[in-house]
Amino acid sequence: MKESIPLTWRRIPERYRLKGSQCETCSTTFFPPRIICPKCRRKGKMKEFHFAGKGKVFTFTEIHSPASGFENQVPYLFAIIELDEGAKLSAQIVDARKEDVKIGDKVEAVFRKIQSDDPEGLIHYGFKFRLVK
Amino acid sequence: MRRVAIIGVGMTKFGEHWEKGFRELVIEAGLKAITDAGLQGNEISAGYVGNMASGSLIGQEHVGALIADQMGLNPIPITRVEAACASGGAALRQGYLAVASGLHDFVVVGGVEKMNDLDTNAVSQILGGAGDQEWELFLGATFPGIYALAARRYMHEFGATEEMMAAVAVKNHDNGSLNPYAQFQNKIDIEKVMKSKIVADPLKVFDCSPITDGAAAVVLASLDIAKKHNEQPIEIVASAQASDTLALHSREKITELKATKIAAQKAYDLAKITSKDVDVCEVHDCFTIAEILATEDLGFFKKGEGGKAALEGRTALNSEISINTSGGLKAAGHPVGATGVKQAVEITWQLRGQAEKRQVKDAEVGLSHNVGGSGATAVVHVYKKV
Repeated sequence: MKESIPLTWRRIPERYRLKGSQCETCSTTFFPPRIICPKCRRKGKMKEFHFAGKGKVFTFTEIHSPASGFENQVPYLFAIIELDEGAKLSAQIVDARKEDVKIGDKVEAVFRKIQSDDPEGLIHYGFKFRLVK
Repeated sequence: MRRVAIIGVGMTKFGEHWEKGFRELVIEAGLKAITDAGLQGNEISAGYVGNMASGSLIGQEHVGALIADQMGLNPIPITRVEAACASGGAALRQGYLAVASGLHDFVVVGGVEKMNDLDTNAVSQILGGAGDQEWELFLGATFPGIYALAARRYMHEFGATEEMMAAVAVKNHDNGSLNPYAQFQNKIDIEKVMKSKIVADPLKVFDCSPITDGAAAVVLASLDIAKKHNEQPIEIVASAQASDTLALHSREKITELKATKIAAQKAYDLAKITSKDVDVCEVHDCFTIAEILATEDLGFFKKGEGGKAALEGRTALNSEISINTSGGLKAAGHPVGATGVKQAVEITWQLRGQAEKRQVKDAEVGLSHNVGGSGATAVVHVYKKV
């Protein structure tokens, strides 16, 4: 789905640099960042936390009917990645075929173009993941 | 709290309604329900309507007021309820609460979605709004993709197979073939599912519920009053709802829907029953994997055994537990806002003994299970013959 320019601009720290959050009370890490720790609530205290971008494939799929903006990538791999620091996120896996990927495989974040608006419009960047050989 | 009963039900056929718009569909279902209840309409003092996405699908918001207007129900208060694909179940719960509280004696609850006015791609994008737009959909996820993530993890953890998921679709088409309201009334076999086009591996076209136009409605009344108007009131003995993280990836486990487990346990406690007492059940099978997870989370089978149970026919009509006698979302169709209300209609027909060819023998206790998104909302209702 097409995303507005202010929304994309607002999410740059998270999408470019994996900025998340961590609760100082219970040490749980979150990506994307949360304002309130769902475990500690009022007793929680959130601080900024940057993920290193290393993790493992928790589960994955190969999408044949694409999301809008991804038509030229079909089929593409999409996964839930469990980051080494604890949080999980959703992302594409790139530079691999379905046969190459197994649950548990090590992956690392790469900075890529996610999608673009019309030819004259905004290019949205962010993280994807690739297998670590 | 007063006891609450369903005294009237009605629905349109589910499918592609090129000749009918949003208002024709919802009026047809509403009139059928009010007529079935034996009411004139002026007894009704409040309404709730489940609808996910009329603003995006047909450009129309404020559909509560639209419906009251078109139904001739002005000036009663009527409110739209949105919880993605669980909008219908959530609306039913609001109606239940309005009657149980003593504030209203007669309430109408509708559910409606008009989806086929847009093309498939546009509808898919709109339905994506049930997930986390910024952190799932924008990054390339689709709704089948999100359920495919759960399916692969489930297969990995429990050794389930694609044939087990296919068996759910086959069974639901079998049931749909007996339901004149179903979008698909054709039988299929496992081979047909397995050979259908991949949507998001391991899910194929026949693992997915379709895009559907349709509406359903029920009339609720307090049980004491209901007995005067209806020979066969069906009591709602429990209404429970729970929530979970919007994004699938934020959950500790993705091979269960925690919201379903919590809502189901609450509902069983309220109804003073266990899963073993349920005779007939409508579960939220937006994808075949979702039915397998639901039959486990609702307590019919142990975790990891739902797929095998489906393959062995233990969820077929008049087997161990009759699941989705209507054909479920897969075969009866899934007009998202209408689905939760349609489930209540089907259970009412079953408990009244009016389900014709798909009648479950001696059905006394029914359950409906409606899910929003990938499990961020779950609504469970339990019904009993009075």
